[in-house]
Amino acid sequence: MSTGVQAMGGLGAGDPVLGHLARGELDASHGVVLYLEDISVSFDGFKALNALSLAIDVGELRCVIGPNGAGKTTMMDVITGKTRPDTGTVYFGQSIDLTRLSEAEIAHAGIGRKFQKPTIFERLSAFENLELAMKADKRVRKTLFARLASDQRDRIADTLRLIRLSEAADREAGLLSHGQKQWLEIGMLLMQEPRLLLLDEPVAGMSDEETERTAELFVSLAGRHSLVVVEHDMAFVGTIARKVTVLHEGSVLAEGPLEQVQNDERVIEVYLGR
Amino acid sequence: MKNALRALVLALGLGCASIAAAALDAALVAKLAFGDNDEKIAAIRAFVTQGEPAAAPLLDALANGQLQTAGERVLIVREEAAIDAVSGETVTPLPEAREDVIANNRVRGELANAVAALRLLAPDRALRFQAVKELETGASAAMLPLVRRALEKETDAEIRATLALVAATIEVKSGDKTARLAAIRALASSDSPNTRSLLGSILLKQRDGRFVEPDADVRRAAEDSLIAVQRHLAWGERAGLLFAGVSLGSILLLAALGLAITYGLMGVINMAHGELIMIGAYATYVVQNLVRAYLPGAFDAYLLAAIPAAFIVSGLVGMALERSVIRHLYGRPLETLLATWGISLMLIQTVRTIFGAQNVQVENPAWMSGGIELMANVVLPWNRIMIIGFAALVVIGVALLLARTRLGLFVRGVTQNRAMASCVGVPTARVDTWAFGLGSGLAGLAGCALSQIGNVGPDLGQAYIVDSFMVVVFGGVGQLAGTLVAALGLGVINKLLEAWSGAVIAKIAVLVFIVLFIQKRPQGLFALKGRAVEA
Amino acid sequence: MGPLAQTITRLYGIRGWIGIAIAALVLFVLVPVLNLAVPQNHPLHVSTFLVTLSGKIMCYAIVALAMDLIWGFAGILSLGHGLFFALGGYAMGMYLMRQIGRQGQYQSELPDFMVFLDWKELPWHWWMSDQFWWAALLVVAVPGLLAFGFGYLAFRSRIKGVYFSIITQALTFAAMLLFFRNETGFGGNNGFTDFKRLLGFDVTAPQTRVVLFAVTGATLLGVLLLGRWLVSSKFGRVLAAIRDAETRVMFCGYNTLHYKLFIWTLSAILCGIAGALYVPQVGIINPSEMSPANSIEIAIWVAVGGRGTLVGAIAGAGIVNAAKSVFTVAFPEYWLFFLGLLFIGVTLFLPGGVVGLLRARRRSRPVALTEAAP
Repeated sequence: MSTGVQAMGGLGAGDPVLGHLARGELDASHGVVLYLEDISVSFDGFKALNALSLAIDVGELRCVIGPNGAGKTTMMDVITGKTRPDTGTVYFGQSIDLTRLSEAEIAHAGIGRKFQKPTIFERLSAFENLELAMKADKRVRKTLFARLASDQRDRIADTLRLIRLSEAADREAGLLSHGQKQWLEIGMLLMQEPRLLLLDEPVAGMSDEETERTAELFVSLAGRHSLVVVEHDMAFVGTIARKVTVLHEGSVLAEGPLEQVQNDERVIEVYLGR
Repeated sequence: MKNALRALVLALGLGCASIAAAALDAALVAKLAFGDNDEKIAAIRAFVTQGEPAAAPLLDALANGQLQTAGERVLIVREEAAIDAVSGETVTPLPEAREDVIANNRVRGELANAVAALRLLAPDRALRFQAVKELETGASAAMLPLVRRALEKETDAEIRATLALVAATIEVKSGDKTARLAAIRALASSDSPNTRSLLGSILLKQRDGRFVEPDADVRRAAEDSLIAVQRHLAWGERAGLLFAGVSLGSILLLAALGLAITYGLMGVINMAHGELIMIGAYATYVVQNLVRAYLPGAFDAYLLAAIPAAFIVSGLVGMALERSVIRHLYGRPLETLLATWGISLMLIQTVRTIFGAQNVQVENPAWMSGGIELMANVVLPWNRIMIIGFAALVVIGVALLLARTRLGLFVRGVTQNRAMASCVGVPTARVDTWAFGLGSGLAGLAGCALSQIGNVGPDLGQAYIVDSFMVVVFGGVGQLAGTLVAALGLGVINKLLEAWSGAVIAKIAVLVFIVLFIQKRPQGLFALKGRAVEA
Repeated sequence: MGPLAQTITRLYGIRGWIGIAIAALVLFVLVPVLNLAVPQNHPLHVSTFLVTLSGKIMCYAIVALAMDLIWGFAGILSLGHGLFFALGGYAMGMYLMRQIGRQGQYQSELPDFMVFLDWKELPWHWWMSDQFWWAALLVVAVPGLLAFGFGYLAFRSRIKGVYFSIITQALTFAAMLLFFRNETGFGGNNGFTDFKRLLGFDVTAPQTRVVLFAVTGATLLGVLLLGRWLVSSKFGRVLAAIRDAETRVMFCGYNTLHYKLFIWTLSAILCGIAGALYVPQVGIINPSEMSPANSIEIAIWVAVGGRGTLVGAIAGAGIVNAAKSVFTVAFPEYWLFFLGLLFIGVTLFLPGGVVGLLRARRRSRPVALTEAAP
């Protein structure tokens, strides 16, 4: 991201990309989009998650922080179906039990995930990366005969503009800079039109400027989407967070507005050591 | 008088085997030496009936082609020294005109048993034991008096028990009903397949449906004894099967152990692993030939030199491969697979060019031939027992090496976190080379062991590559304990299935089983569950 | 532009289509004429031996295409493709054995090896084997079903990478052992040979050979176009994505199991068809076709030509097998050295294969494995 910075403005309701975000049939009537209750996961005796309970509201932007090994990534794994919990339930909306679904089905239900390390399709172009992520019928038979309609092209072009990769649309994704890859991955998430975005350390390796713009993007997404951001960068958390959850040893240590959490005795102890 | 004196002097002076050569029946000796085949056999039987132990060396000499005639005299000629067969006195000088006494196959068959029967009375326990074992399979009615006499004199419990069975085997066929019934009951304690067929033959029916054996009492007794014998045999078979399974397991273990290091710990797919085994076997072959050529006296100890040689040669080849090819392919497992396959082809062709495409002969040292006879139908060969022990030693050695030494620590460190190990000053590149050398050296040891039980040829390794990968995959990658359990488990399962369904089907069943097993536990038997690290 | 025209331009540019037209001309006109119509002693005569050899190599090229689809485009290295090839061959071989009729050595209705084993009737799996349509069905169905079942189990439990390769190797190894047994009913060690007729035509006649050659060529071109159509579709891009980052594809909402299973099964079926075309031309099929060494050699054809390029797969199969034909005649003892060096050299120094090398020369930009046209 070397060239002139455009303000991240214009991400209002009328934005062509976000305007497409579908609402689906998710039953979030009680205002809760994700509900984890009493989740435990252990690996050979080591408790990665210990009776973790967490609720994310519709349109919320939640930051999850915690020291290494607190269980942040395992929590993401459980939500996206990569790891099955030993006990506990995970509900998406009121009716979808995520522990019964495969990764692909969970993605279909409307949960997008960004990994700690940017995972994109390195040998495909940026455009093709977005094309594959785009919400569509993703069964084999449909994919074989799939053709890009012109409105789909437009949406991909819009997203490319949003993540500032219009110039690099045809470039092999593996050749992009680290920050560009992070953004491409976020763009892929947006193409999926998810209800809930899980973002694992999304600004790691980004320049300050890129970080700033990412923060703006996330804030503008909140409301339309629910976001869960796992992050170490406290400055970044400070700019976006409304509500913060602190994980420690597999369960919730504290939860609330950032200032309140930062002044919590136990949180200080965990972070600063004894 | 003069002759007797000379004999005495000789006997005192040499203390040789001919002391027992008290005068034999000269007429019988002549019949044996000059008679036709029928007369020879009659003479042999006469000696047996007489039960004269002194006749054993004579018959033995005939069996070994050492009996010669010079005019009227019959001589036992051993390496330029001759003994008169009748008197037992030494004959010097050796008469010029001698003729061999020829024994045809019929005579030879008679001889073997006759010698054994006569040896039943020998003073040496080992000789008697060997004799009674031989008679288990081929005692004839003529030997009964001799066997009875031996039974009276015998003090050794083990030989007595076998003698009693031999006597019973003869008596079963004799006429007296009480004796036959007693003999049949005595046979119940036998654990020999011959007894099974003997008892079985009593129960056979003729073509018209009548029993061969007319006496119903005898048949009933035979039936009871047969059941007992079959029970003994079944136990023997089970024990033998278990041993075969453990033996196969130990071979698989040796073959897979090196792979457990190179693949399991380092993650290198070495398709040339089988060829490193093959090189170990050829190293053993070369050492064997060198020892035979330059140190023939030490032949029985050649393995002492062959084991380290196999380890070092395969290890060096492995290190060279790591340095030249594999090093450049770390992190690209599929490419490594293809390149190492190429290496394996070249190694096979190299060995073919040097040693020829034919199998080469690797001999067991004398102390590894033969075996322990657990039961009449279960013999545990020494070479297999040795390999089981060898495999156990190697496993312990590798475990200690990994757990206790600096190299082991480095290997574990590098495999767990290469970057961090490098940061704290572990020379990762050198550790890779040494670890690969270690895995290859272990393959060499496997080759050395395999050379003791099977053919050694350029294709030796190909037969083991699929099996050893299956062991490592089944056991769980990176787990020595898993490799151990998987190898022994697969060995035993394979042999059990083999007894039930035949070798090929057993092998296929095991492969299918592993494929299905991996469905359930993709990480193998002994893998650690962990946080999913890959993205 | 209509959808058909769109598809045509998507598959190949004008030069590509001209190349295919030339290939078709050579396969269907030039070679048949030079073989059948030009007299034997004429310098332009193409011998039946050469026709058969080329036909055989084209069968290998189909296998290489199948391997490339699964390995080059989806990143799944199979070391068991020789099994599917052999199964197709055996299915065709059964039919050819029945076509021998009473002309075998023992003049029996049964194939010779069954008479030799003293069997009185055909085993159950030879049912209908005298019908060509049934044989043709088996050629597709047997490799297809086996691949589907095996692939379902393997992909469902997320077996991938080297693990998968080794298990496929074990699969073909097990099958080889099974087919070596006489009791399995496929002729044991010797397999099937001494074929006489195919659909009533003499299999050794030059005319039949030329027709087989042309049919093989047509199949090869068809498979090439099919492969091109697949990899240039969105489906092909999903495959490439699975190769690069399978987890991401799943989190995008694709069920990767279905994708892998589809291409895996298709690849196996293509191998089966190649095997069926191979057997009447070569005149023999035996269990050694299932040996692990044979299967792994397929991978090197693809690697030599250039993984992830369909033309490369064909070129690789041609180059390696032509070299093999020369070597095994001229200096047989060095063939394994050469093959071994090829394995090592290509993986170390020529990751893009021959086609990659040529492309890199032609243009300075890096080789794009899929040329998608958005």
